[in-house]
Amino acid sequence: MAKMPLQFSLNGRDTAIFVNGGENMLETLRRGVGDMSPKYGCAQGTCGSCTVIVDGQPQLSCLTLSQTMEGRSVETVSGLSDGPQLHALQQAFMDGFAAQCGYCTGGMLMAAKALLMNNPNPSRDDVVEAISGNVCRCTGYEPIIDAILDAATKMRGRAM
Amino acid sequence: MASSSIEFRKELFADERPEDLNEIGKPKQRQDALGHVTGRTAYFDDHKFEGLLHMRCVRSPHHHARIRSVNTSAAEIMPGVVRIVRPQDIPNNMNTMLSIIGFGRDDEALLQDKKVAYKGEPVIAIIGETELQVRNACKVVQVDYEVLPHVLDVEEALTPQAPVVNEEYPNNTFDYHDLYDHQKLRFGDVNGAFAKADHVIEGEYQMSPIEQAPMETCGAIAAPETNDRYVCYTSTQALFFSLGLSAKFLNVSSSRLHFIGGTVGGGFGGKVDSLHEPMAVLGSMLTGRPVKFMWDRAEEMQVGAPRGAERWRLKDGVMNDGRIVAREFTGFFDAGAYTRLSSYAIIKGTGHLPGPYSIPNVAANVYCVYTNRTPATAMRGFGITAVDFAIEAHMDKVAEAVRMNPIELRILNAYRDGEMKAHRRLAKNTALIECCQVAAQKGNWAIRPEFSAMSSLQGDSAKVDIPPTVVDHDGKIGDRKRGVINDAAPSKDGQVSDKPTSTVAPVTATQAMGEAAREPARVGADTMPSRVRSAEQESMPARDLPQPPAPTPAPPPAPAVPQQSAFAAPQNTPSDPPSTPVVPSTQQEPYTRGFKRPGTSPFVRGTRRR
Amino acid sequence: MAVHKGRGFSCINYPIGMNLGGDPSQALVHSTPDGKFMVTLSAIDLGQGMKQVSRQIAAETLGVPIEDVYVDTADSDTGPHDMGSFASRGTHRVGNAVIQAAREARSVMLDAAAEELEVSAADLETDGKGNIHVKGAPSRTIAVADTAIAAQFRQGRTISGRGIFLIPMSDVDPDTGEMTPVSCFAHAAVVLDLQVDDETGEVEVLEVNSAYEVGRALNPKMVEQQLIGGAWMGISHALFETTEPHYPNRDYGATDFNHYLMPGPGQVVPHHIAVLERPAEDAPYGGKGPGEMCANPLLPAVTNAVYNAVGVRIDALPVTPEKILRGIKANGGARPQGQSWEV
Repeated sequence: MAKMPLQFSLNGRDTAIFVNGGENMLETLRRGVGDMSPKYGCAQGTCGSCTVIVDGQPQLSCLTLSQTMEGRSVETVSGLSDGPQLHALQQAFMDGFAAQCGYCTGGMLMAAKALLMNNPNPSRDDVVEAISGNVCRCTGYEPIIDAILDAATKMRGRAM
Repeated sequence: MASSSIEFRKELFADERPEDLNEIGKPKQRQDALGHVTGRTAYFDDHKFEGLLHMRCVRSPHHHARIRSVNTSAAEIMPGVVRIVRPQDIPNNMNTMLSIIGFGRDDEALLQDKKVAYKGEPVIAIIGETELQVRNACKVVQVDYEVLPHVLDVEEALTPQAPVVNEEYPNNTFDYHDLYDHQKLRFGDVNGAFAKADHVIEGEYQMSPIEQAPMETCGAIAAPETNDRYVCYTSTQALFFSLGLSAKFLNVSSSRLHFIGGTVGGGFGGKVDSLHEPMAVLGSMLTGRPVKFMWDRAEEMQVGAPRGAERWRLKDGVMNDGRIVAREFTGFFDAGAYTRLSSYAIIKGTGHLPGPYSIPNVAANVYCVYTNRTPATAMRGFGITAVDFAIEAHMDKVAEAVRMNPIELRILNAYRDGEMKAHRRLAKNTALIECCQVAAQKGNWAIRPEFSAMSSLQGDSAKVDIPPTVVDHDGKIGDRKRGVINDAAPSKDGQVSDKPTSTVAPVTATQAMGEAAREPARVGADTMPSRVRSAEQESMPARDLPQPPAPTPAPPPAPAVPQQSAFAAPQNTPSDPPSTPVVPSTQQEPYTRGFKRPGTSPFVRGTRRR
Repeated sequence: MAVHKGRGFSCINYPIGMNLGGDPSQALVHSTPDGKFMVTLSAIDLGQGMKQVSRQIAAETLGVPIEDVYVDTADSDTGPHDMGSFASRGTHRVGNAVIQAAREARSVMLDAAAEELEVSAADLETDGKGNIHVKGAPSRTIAVADTAIAAQFRQGRTISGRGIFLIPMSDVDPDTGEMTPVSCFAHAAVVLDLQVDDETGEVEVLEVNSAYEVGRALNPKMVEQQLIGGAWMGISHALFETTEPHYPNRDYGATDFNHYLMPGPGQVVPHHIAVLERPAEDAPYGGKGPGEMCANPLLPAVTNAVYNAVGVRIDALPVTPEKILRGIKANGGARPQGQSWEV
C-alpha cells in the first residue's frame, strides 16, 4: 500500500510521518504517532471520544482524512497541560468528579477547550451545545457541564 | 437550568453507624482521576505492538440457518490477509460461561460450523494486516446457508411447534434442577388468598433489549510473550473468568496465559462474556504475531449481548385496606440463542421476588427461553431491573384500585427487619420505609403521620413464620414440547403438604461467612422428605426478633365504589378444588450432559450444579 | 392541545453480590521498605472507582494516610483471584478481602513497632497520619516509615497480608425456590416529576427527588457520581433505549449513537438526592454497592408519572411518543389523573 508523507504540528511540536491513503487521523495519531489519548468509540462520528482540535476548532479525528492535516496544527488532550501544570479544565474535571471511566474525558476536554478558546464566557446552553456531539455513558453529563463552567469562571478570573 | 443536590441524612440509623473513621466516608480524589484528565490512562487498546494484526468475523445474515458449506478461497488471496480462522482451529469449541462455577451445560461455540441461531453469529474469523483489509476480506467469504424457520417471541418459543433454537436445550428452555423447564417459587397459598382477596389485579410488563453502550467497545489484544506464554490486554469485567474460559476454549494450561486489564472504558455488564480474549489469543497462537479483536460500534450494538428482554405477568390479591395478601409472577427471560448468564439471573430474580414487600402468599414460575436473537447477558441491575419495573408499575395499579396514596401503600406493605421473605430467609438491615419517607419529604408528597412514623426496625411478629405452602410438580422438562401442558403460570392445582412448614433455619450472613454451603430443606414438597435439623430448628431466630406491638395502621375508609378500576377482576371467584397434578412425569433424565469435555481446563470445575 | 404535568413514585431494594454466593475475591497487601503500601488485586475498575474504594478501605484498616496507599489491579501474574466486577459485588467482596489482608499487614506492622518501642503490640495504635504510638502516651511514637525500615532491615519481617472473602454457594430448592441469596440489600425511593405534550407525545422529565440507602457512603463524592449517572441511565432506559425498537421483530436495530437514543447534555434533569446509611453487618465498613440499583427505580417512576400526567399506562418499555399518542387517542384525549386517593 502506497505511503504518503504527512507533516503537521501535534501539540505544538513538528511531526512527520508516513500514512496510508485513506487513513483517518485517529489511526494516524494512535498507531502512527503513538498518541493514544484520542479514543476509538465508534469511528462513525457519533460519539466524540476521538475529538481533537485542529487550528482552533474541534474536529472528529475518526472522520478526518489524515492527508488533509498537512501543515495544520493539531491538539490532543495529551498536550493540554502545561508541563506538570494542569489546564483549568483538567483541574475542574478532577475537582468536580466529572470523570468516571475516563474514556470520553479526553474528547470532552478538547470540545470544551475549543469552546473556551472561542468563547471565554459561555452560558450553560453554550456548554451544552459545545459537548452535544460527545457521548458519556457514566456521568449523566451534569458534572461535566458544571466543570466546564467552573473552569471558564476560573480562567476569566486569571485573565483579569 | 439543571442543578442537582445531595445531602447525607446522618441522623437516620446513626446508632448503627460509628463515625470515627479516618479515610472512610471522606470525599477523597480518585486514584485514577489524573490519568483520565491527562489522557494517560491506558485502556486495553492503548498498548502499542509492532506488527499488530486485526481480526474480524464473518457473521450470519440469518436468524436461523444450517451451514451447508463455507468457501474462503476468494478471501484467502485478498491483500493483507494473514490467516483464516475456522471453527476447527478452536481446540475445545463449546462452552457455557457459568461452567466456571459449574452451572449449566456447554451450549455455545466461538465460531459456528453447523448451524447459526441468530443474526450476527460468527462463522469464520479473518486475521489481516489492517482493519480495512480484513473488513474487505470478510465480504468475499461465501457461506451457503439453508435457512431454517426461526422463533423470536418467548411465548411462541414455548409452543410444541416452535423450531429448536439451541440443540443442547431442545425444549427452548433452560433445564432447572434436571427437573423443570422453569424456576419455581412457592410460599404460602396464592390461589387460596386470591379467592379471599377484595381485589385481584393483573398486569403484563415488557422490557425490550437494551445495549450497555460503554464508550469503549469490547476487545482484547494478545501477543506472544517470553517463555512460550501469551499476554492478553483485555477490556474484560472479570479477569479470571476470561482467563479460565480462554484456557478451556484453547485447551492450554492457564499458566501460559498472562492477562492484563483492570482499566476499562465502561462496562455496565457487557464485558463479562469473554468472547474476545480466547479469539485474540488463538489468533496470536496461529500467526505468532500480536492480534487485536475488537468490536466496532455496530457489532457492539447488535451482536454484543444486550440486557435481555423480559416479559412479566403479575397478579395481586389485595384487601380493601391496601394489604397485599398474594402475589403471583409468570416471567419470561429472552435469553436469545444461548444461555450465557440468563439462567443464573433468573435465580437471582426469583430470590428477589416479590420485591421489597412482605407478602404472605407468593408464587412464581420464571422461564429462561431460547429464541433466535443475539444472546442476552448482564447489564446494570441484571435479573432485577425489569421485574422491579413490573412490580413498581403494578404497585401503582394496586394503589389506584384501592384508592390509596401510592407511597402509603408501599410503606404499609414494605418488608421490615425480622420478617420472613418468600425465599425463606428472614429480612434484616432493611431501609425501604425510611427511603419512602425521605423521598416523599424531599418531593413534597404528603403522607399521613402514621406512615411517617413507621420504621423498618419494627418487624411484624405475625410475619415471622413460613406459611403452609402449596406445591406442585407442573412443567417438567419436555412436557411443553410434548403438548402435555401449555399454561406457563404457577399451577392452580397444587396441594398443601402435610409436612412441617419450617425445617430450616434462616442463615444469617455472619453464619454463611463461616459455614460451608448447605443444602436447603425442601419445604412442603410431598415427594421429598423434609430434612429436619433439630439443632438449627432450635436456632430459629424468631425469639430474637424485636417484638414491638405489630403496627396496625388504621385502614383507610373503604371506598364506596371499590371495583371501578379496569384492572380489578371480580372477587369471590370460587376456588378450584385441589386435585392431583395433571401432568404425569415420565421423563426424568431426558438429555445428555454436555459439560465435561476432553481438554477442559483444570481451572474450570468439573462438577455440574444441580 | 396542552402540556400536562405528572408525578410518579417508585421504590426498590437491590441484592449486593452474586446471588447465590460462591464468588470469591482475594487481595494482597504489602509494605514497601519505607512504609508505603501496595494493594494488589484482580478486580476491574470500569469507572465505578474500584481502585479508589479499595485504596480507602486499605488505608482505613491499615491506619495510614491514603496518600501512602496505591492499588495495582488486574495483572493475572501478580493479582490474586477475583471473580470480577459485576452483580454489585466489587465493593462488598473485594472490600472485605482488602480488610482481611490489611488487618494481617497491620498486625505485623504493630508487632514490628512494638519491638522497636519495647512495648506490647496490643498497647499500640495508629494515628492515621503515618505514626504509631503507645495508647495514652503519644510521645512514645514511631513513624510507620521507620517501623517498615526496622522490619525490613533489622527484624527480617514482611509487613504484608492476604485476604479472601467468600460466601459459600447456596443451593436452590426446585419446588419452593428456597435459597440463601445475597447477604445484604441496598434501597431506594424516588419521586419523579415530568410533563407530557399531548400533541407530540414527548416527555420531559422536570425533576427527581430521591432517597438512596447505601449502607455507608465509603466515598461520598463517588457515591454521588454513581447516583447521578445511574439515575440518568434509568431515565434513559425508560424513555429511549432499545436495541430492537420493534421487539420481538429484530428489524431497525440501532448500529450507532444516531439511532441508539439516549438523553444528551441538553436533557439533564435536576436530581435532589438524600443518602441514607444503614451499614450492613458483613459489608466493608457497612458499605453496599450503589452502582446498579441507582438506575432501577427511575424506570417505573417514569411510567407511573406518565400515567399520572395523561392517563396512559405504558407497560412496555421504552416509553415512546408513539405509544403515548396511541394511548391518548384510545382514551379519547389526555386524562390527567391528579390525586386519585383520599386523604
